[in-house]
Amino acid sequence: MATKSKTKPLVDPEDAKKALVAKYPAKVGRRRAQQMVAAPGADGDIPEVTSNVRTIPGILSMRGCTYAGCKGVVLGPTRDIVNLVHGPIGCSFYAWLTRRNQTDASAPTAENFMNYAFSTDMQDNDIVFGGEKKLKAAIREAYAIFKPKAIGVFATCPVGLIGDDVHSVAREMKEELGINVFGFSCEGYKGVSQSAGHHIANNGLFKHIIGNDDTNTGGKYRINMLGEYNIGGDAFEIERLFTDCGITLVSSFSGNSTYDQFATSHTADLNVVMCHRSINYVAEMMETKFGIPWIKVNFIGADASAKSLRKIAAYFEDKALMDKVEEVIAREMPEVEKALAEVLPRTTGKTAMLFVGGSRAHHYQELFKELGMTTVAAGYEFAHRDDYEGRKVLPSIKVDADSRNIEELHVEKDPERYRARKSEEDIKRLAAQGLTFKDYEGMIPEMDKNTLIIDDLNEHEAERLIELYKPDIFCAGIKEKYGIQKRGVPLKQLHSYDYGGPYAGFKGAVNFYVEIERMVNSKIWGYVKAPWQENPELSARYAWE
Amino acid sequence: MLLRHTPTEITERSALVINPAKTCQPVGAMYAALGIEGCLPHSHGSQGCCSYHRSALTRHYKEPVMAATSSFTEGSSVFGGQANLLQAINNIFTVYNPDVIAVHTTCLSETIGDDVPQIAEKARQEGKVPAGKYVINASTPSYVGSHVTGFSNMCLGMVKGLAVKTGKKNGKVNIIPGFVEPSDMEEIKRLAAEIGVPITLFPDTSGVLNGPLTGKFRMFPKAGTPVEALKGVGEAIGTLAMGEWASADAARYLDSEFKVPCRVLDLPIGLAATDRFIDALRKIAGVAVPEKIEFERGQLVDMISDQHQYFYGKKVALAGDPDQLIALTEFLVSMDMLPIHIVTGTPGKKFEGRIRELTKDMGRPVNVRGPGDMFLLHQWIKNEPVDLLIGNTYMKYIARDEDIPLVRHGFPILDRVGHSYFPTVGYKGGLRLAEKILSALLDRKDRDSPESSFELTL
Repeated sequence: MATKSKTKPLVDPEDAKKALVAKYPAKVGRRRAQQMVAAPGADGDIPEVTSNVRTIPGILSMRGCTYAGCKGVVLGPTRDIVNLVHGPIGCSFYAWLTRRNQTDASAPTAENFMNYAFSTDMQDNDIVFGGEKKLKAAIREAYAIFKPKAIGVFATCPVGLIGDDVHSVAREMKEELGINVFGFSCEGYKGVSQSAGHHIANNGLFKHIIGNDDTNTGGKYRINMLGEYNIGGDAFEIERLFTDCGITLVSSFSGNSTYDQFATSHTADLNVVMCHRSINYVAEMMETKFGIPWIKVNFIGADASAKSLRKIAAYFEDKALMDKVEEVIAREMPEVEKALAEVLPRTTGKTAMLFVGGSRAHHYQELFKELGMTTVAAGYEFAHRDDYEGRKVLPSIKVDADSRNIEELHVEKDPERYRARKSEEDIKRLAAQGLTFKDYEGMIPEMDKNTLIIDDLNEHEAERLIELYKPDIFCAGIKEKYGIQKRGVPLKQLHSYDYGGPYAGFKGAVNFYVEIERMVNSKIWGYVKAPWQENPELSARYAWE
Repeated sequence: MLLRHTPTEITERSALVINPAKTCQPVGAMYAALGIEGCLPHSHGSQGCCSYHRSALTRHYKEPVMAATSSFTEGSSVFGGQANLLQAINNIFTVYNPDVIAVHTTCLSETIGDDVPQIAEKARQEGKVPAGKYVINASTPSYVGSHVTGFSNMCLGMVKGLAVKTGKKNGKVNIIPGFVEPSDMEEIKRLAAEIGVPITLFPDTSGVLNGPLTGKFRMFPKAGTPVEALKGVGEAIGTLAMGEWASADAARYLDSEFKVPCRVLDLPIGLAATDRFIDALRKIAGVAVPEKIEFERGQLVDMISDQHQYFYGKKVALAGDPDQLIALTEFLVSMDMLPIHIVTGTPGKKFEGRIRELTKDMGRPVNVRGPGDMFLLHQWIKNEPVDLLIGNTYMKYIARDEDIPLVRHGFPILDRVGHSYFPTVGYKGGLRLAEKILSALLDRKDRDSPESSFELTL
């Protein structure tokens, strides 16, 4: 089997940038150039990446809308809330089971509404005369049939424009039905991407559910896992590790979650944050109101998973937990190492590009590193500067008009329920030992010098990148997949995992190694040209007797 | 159970739709626009619409689906989307250089009242539309009709935006194929060619959404209805519109504005509907039906008669689009099957009447609803079980819970391939559909037969 001995030399990032923007109208080129930077390497100064800015009309962006971020991403994975979409039929239809959030509703009494799509299916009459009456009727009908403990109402584009007030309707229905009903003003046009929807969802969770039930559900080492959406069963794998370590998962936000988990989540003693972009708001607000510290973790990559488990153990400062964590890591690693040894000869030296999400383009670099592959270019679809440059830039981020119209909740210490889990001294001491709180260093520090970082990549730039870098694999989403593959480059979907997974934790890492080895060495790429296309000259003819 | 909360008892709902049997107009408009050669569909609204539609079509076809968006922000929603669309048109022609941009609206741009034809005209006046290039448009508010309506409106948009009045006749017949697969469009072209009828098929997604892997990406594949052909649809001798819901509006517009007479036919799915299509082509061409086509017809009749015992009396529940459901129902009835529960999400007064007419001799009542949803269909099934389901991939949740075989048909099919390569229209398509139905029923029979009566030959 042929193995590349070393990685291809990197393209000069400045040359690459020029090539990427060359075809644009001048103004567009200038704007896009600000969203591209070369990685400075481990010791270099972190450059500013313009991000969380408007998508340029007519450029084939990967981004979706605020509604997708709110209903699709954050609230979608919770199984026992009836998520009612107020709007024309499409918005509910497209968010119907398309994000692969798995859930375990196997308990005999478990409620699971995730396989249903609920919509008010607004018609032109509702647009002209208002849709609040229909929304109320729909909520009553949903309650009559399903008797859920909670109903979430999601506003789509026309709802905001015609002035339907989903919040007042929700309040009225809450009163009338005696269950929790809450609204989200997540019209698609708000903000510049899905990211605004995450924020709106975080606010809604915090205002309407978190802290509703003070019951301590018991267990030791009680944590919440934030920003893990159980795509392809990732959360199941992480839950398995927590269970084996004796760590109690109070609530997940929001993979494999339930309403009651959210309601009691403020009784946990630590928040661990996976996807910083989509859920840091909840982590921050829970710390301010209830005194729960948060740390960044990453369960993508075997080494990263081990590191994250150790961080949790370090936080609780409990020898028994630390020992258990080491025992679990020691138990899991042999299988990982065996799988890696098998694929490494066929993956080492290959190159990858990752353009996806708000954290995955960072997290998955861990797995490619383990595979001996170099990430030559990466970027997020909808992240902010702090996800690239680290949270230390937060004070310097200018709030523009698009961000300003997303509500910032004013949160204060809860007079009765605030309980500092760690004293300031403890936090300082732990930080000195390397356990940093409220911190995320972002993608850039981990990227090799002179690799390329591009925010909000589009179709045109993806095409240029492939021509320039000829990567062995490209990671993005469904819209990008087949266009990239037509060019002979395999594309791994990192939203849906191409219907595979899990890729989190140790078993997930093994799955990913096998999957990437399959993709970069698939025989089919050798058949793209027919034999006569390789040798088009007709040099001989059959001489039939 | 996946749909564990669906009760058998049916309560009427006035406001709540659960598990829709339709989606919104713009995705149909986007699909239709992809059937124009060198065309980039453009969604005038929030970028999420475009993202969702591209994703849905990509999952269905496993092919690149290129489309642009005006990327509305809150500001554009308040002040109008003109600036966004002008910028988009300029960027698209500069960067991607299509021959045509086909703009469809969304609920957002419709609600604020953006005048797309006026904005497109302004773009032209400002020099943002290069010479020989076109910006066409369709009004596709998501709160009217369904994805089928959007397809129909974009077909109308093609005629309005491109057809030229010359007063001449080009001797061709327009065929509007309806919201069918690329494979079906290819098959319609083949049948017309066999009979010798020169046609303009529009739209034509064959070769666009079932293309080859060559190592080279073509953003605009060499396929689709050429712009020149669309410019000539007003010179045709007639139009055949396949399906009242998806195709009739454009055909009637050609009739009234261009004096091109039209006939609206059912989709040529199954024996009788294909017979009517072939008969229409024969009469247009003034020729006898070629033996080759009679041979294909004979094969289909042969297969159904050979296997009739397995089709006979089997109860079927269907969800889908009106044009498809009408043709499928007629086909099932012709095989002595019993389509007893039928739902479409697409509104339209004539639907229930057509289904009742087609099933009136079945000798038993039929549940039919348009517009209805899959939740209602599931409840009907719980009240009277069936032997087979026909519908899109979302039906597999019902199929698994109720343990009923499913034949995938319609939009979207997210979990199987084949629909983009193998047609279900025409006699050959009928053969494929009958084979799929038969295989589903016989696989079930093989699974369920006791060992003592397990059969080798069926």
